[in-house]
Amino acid sequence: METVFTPWQSLGGGALIGVASVLLMASLGRIMGATGVLAGLLYPANWSDWSWRAAVLAGMVSAPLVISLLTGQMPAVQVPVSTPMLVIGGFIVGLGVTYGSGCTSGHGVCGMARLSPRSIAAVITFMITTGLTVYVVRHVIGG
Amino acid sequence: MRLIASYIIGLIFGVGISISGMANPAKVLNFFDVAGAWDPSLIFVMGGAVVVTFIGYRFVLKRPAPMLEQKFQLPTRRDLDLPLIGGSAVFGIGWGIAGFCPGGALPALGTGKSEVFIFVAALLAGIFAVNIMNRMRQMRSATA
Repeated sequence: METVFTPWQSLGGGALIGVASVLLMASLGRIMGATGVLAGLLYPANWSDWSWRAAVLAGMVSAPLVISLLTGQMPAVQVPVSTPMLVIGGFIVGLGVTYGSGCTSGHGVCGMARLSPRSIAAVITFMITTGLTVYVVRHVIGG
Repeated sequence: MRLIASYIIGLIFGVGISISGMANPAKVLNFFDVAGAWDPSLIFVMGGAVVVTFIGYRFVLKRPAPMLEQKFQLPTRRDLDLPLIGGSAVFGIGWGIAGFCPGGALPALGTGKSEVFIFVAALLAGIFAVNIMNRMRQMRSATA
């Protein structure tokens, strides 16, 4: 499936992700990471620890609706992946981010911005394995 | 106040993710498909996000404390260990298979597409599986 190259839209979206990360640090003193938000919702330490994460999640989930109200259309979510592969992939992502204590937002944005050696190593590692996996799925198995 | 701030921050993050293309597996997978239908857009997402965060953190972390809490909660570890590297490697395999990462999938839930719910359910199952395994290991070492 071909997709259109969108440098400006992607740069703007990325900048907003950055703004959210900075605001969360400025207000609550926390790392903006999707893995951390989810894990803290599933295994809360206490009410105040749970409630801010629930509010962040509610904000995230309402974003497509807000975009569709402003622009008249939902953001594109095209899934060129079969249901069994979504299930397998999702489960593997769950294992990986829990052991690796983070994903693209926590390590990839916040950790990289802090020049954390753990995050830089994590990002290099998952960029390589993601690239290899896409190559194998599309050009070795699928080709 | 904390909850309103958190909601707005989640909304900004979700809007950023949605317009950037990170919530769209077709775009994510094409970013990694250098040998095929390559779409380099996502490097601009990463670049924009890291640069803004890098600059913003310089100012924010100079302050003695965040506005609504007592202190900043920053990871302090700097060592590289097997769970970090192995876990990240495994995450990449899953990301390459499904095209969704957690930060992309959570805002995408708001589109109501069934594929996103399937992915997130499997993601939660993976997180639970690790926690159950860890708990069993703790119990075994406690009784041994």
